[in-house]
Amino acid sequence: MKELNTDILVVGGGPAGLSAAAEAAGIGANVLIAEGDLHLGGQLVKQSHKFFGSKDEFAGTRGFEIARLLRDEIARCGDRVKTMLNTTITGYYPDENVVTAMIGEEEYIRVRPKKMVVASGAQERLIPFPNNDIPGVYGAGAVQTLMNVYGVVPGKKVLMIGAGNIGLIVSYQLMQAGVEVTAILEAMPRIGGYWVHAAKVRRLGVPILLRHSIGRALGDNFVTGALINELDEKFNPTGSPEHVECDTICLAVGLTPSNELLWQAGCKMKYVPFLCGHVPLRDKNMRTSNAGVWMAGDVCGIEEASAAMIEGRIAGMSAAASLGFKVSDDNFEKYRLRLKNLRAGEVGEKIRIGVSDVTVDGWEANS
Amino acid sequence: MNAPKSFESGVLTEERPGAVKPPADLWNRHKGGLAIVECPQRIPCNPCNTSCPTGAITAFADINDVPRIEYGKCTGCAMCVAKCPGLACFVADLTFGDGVALMKLPYEMLPVPAKGDKVACLGRIGEKVCDGRVENVTEPLKDKTRVVHVSIPSDKVNDVRAIRVV
Amino acid sequence: MDLISSHPVLNFEHRAKVSFCFDGKEMEGFEGEPIAMALHANGVKIYRYTPERKRPRGFFCAIGKCSSCFMVVDGVPNVRTCVTPLKRGMKVETQSGRGAIKLFPGEGA
Repeated sequence: MKELNTDILVVGGGPAGLSAAAEAAGIGANVLIAEGDLHLGGQLVKQSHKFFGSKDEFAGTRGFEIARLLRDEIARCGDRVKTMLNTTITGYYPDENVVTAMIGEEEYIRVRPKKMVVASGAQERLIPFPNNDIPGVYGAGAVQTLMNVYGVVPGKKVLMIGAGNIGLIVSYQLMQAGVEVTAILEAMPRIGGYWVHAAKVRRLGVPILLRHSIGRALGDNFVTGALINELDEKFNPTGSPEHVECDTICLAVGLTPSNELLWQAGCKMKYVPFLCGHVPLRDKNMRTSNAGVWMAGDVCGIEEASAAMIEGRIAGMSAAASLGFKVSDDNFEKYRLRLKNLRAGEVGEKIRIGVSDVTVDGWEANS
Repeated sequence: MNAPKSFESGVLTEERPGAVKPPADLWNRHKGGLAIVECPQRIPCNPCNTSCPTGAITAFADINDVPRIEYGKCTGCAMCVAKCPGLACFVADLTFGDGVALMKLPYEMLPVPAKGDKVACLGRIGEKVCDGRVENVTEPLKDKTRVVHVSIPSDKVNDVRAIRVV
Repeated sequence: MDLISSHPVLNFEHRAKVSFCFDGKEMEGFEGEPIAMALHANGVKIYRYTPERKRPRGFFCAIGKCSSCFMVVDGVPNVRTCVTPLKRGMKVETQSGRGAIKLFPGEGA
């Protein structure tokens, strides 16, 4: 079996992973990026909207352009960064310090990294309702991939479930692709995403129904409609269900960290609802309780890509520093301050509480 | 389907911090128009400030602050309209004609209208408010966000926030 | 193929159009793009049937994490078609149940 050696293995080539790789390579480390998809950039490649944040996080720049900027940065690192696409990290053997990887569907290799940064991102949540497994019920991210990366029409009439940022943004992007959005349903009494994203779709005539949820998908072999319900104070359906015509039901009901590798690495984990799942405890440099493993991005708590990129830079720098590459403390401080500023507002409150719940002073015992 | 017309569902129902109308006296006589920002939630975002060439959208103490405008400095240039990631900035020029105002609105849909086209002008829940005439279409940042200049009856400037090409 | 013909923000760049075979029917897709996208563009919605209850399954997560789009590709079952690049002449089949594993010569059941 083929075996590869590297200073730092970065698992995931999205905004967090690319930032970590660029930062670590920038101060001299050799980096190998393993990316499961067919391209680098992670979910940024399908974001056609302009990002929020400040200039440092490319505010006002469209997501796919940010992906290109990060790829350019990686390209400038030259031979220091090697990339493997369509490669899934499947196992971690801490005693032997061996990581197994699957290339495509059939080929397996081993990687022996000195250190590892896990930036494996997140996956979409599903909510239970009858027929939620039939074709035509799609994750919102999947719809974005289909239409924004590959230019395929996802459907004619879409019912969106969830008015968080993803539900709101994907609704807008569906309209840009010429697809009708029948309605956006939100179980809570207010939208969960940025208010401006909601205002943007409202003024184009898309109804947002608060305290509503899907009761059932209709259709035998694929979606032909949906029954929706109003919800009472206790989130139970009330009144008679309403029939909605649609051929696609798009689920934007949240993400949960893709944390399997961190479990395998024996990282101390904690369930934090505000971070949307089990996440590892961490020190201020994004190091886990496993002294050889760092983390960055959605895998350590669901947040915006702008925060993922900063976490990646901190993790990459810290992992490289642990191998003796020289880092200035000022750089750490600079990135930590940016992260703090991003999380300072009302929408950052849950993240602040969640992160403080899993941040430790240090890993003196084993670092 | 009866969607609520509530703030909680993304509809501005009254003035609040981050979504304040320009002062009437200045607005009535200011050639080129004044910016209207409808960004009433504290989110980490500041391109309206950093893109403003005259400093009219004042610097943020905290990146989560809602935008604040010194209207004396605003020229109605619409850079904020082109730059705002939330498409929450607009310009209204009340001096355009007798009873006619010029709105500068962000637009990222197809088809792109042309000068002289008649378009439907939409309110905050997508309802048709009035017809408008396209006076100009610009792309200030060359990034696919167009700014559509559309003339409408002056009394509709507080209602019109989008267009639909008909 | 049901493709977005014009978009206000995005430009789509595709590689060569190639033909492949889906359940005996010839279809076209773009080389190097995931098989699942080509099928969707051709109007194919059912990618497999589940082992126990024979429920239809199709496209769902598009990032290789959910298993909904498993199909038999060139005789190999359980291929994640959302992250497997399309090649000219590929044989793509709707998967029933768990699929049958290909045995090496000499291996017996």
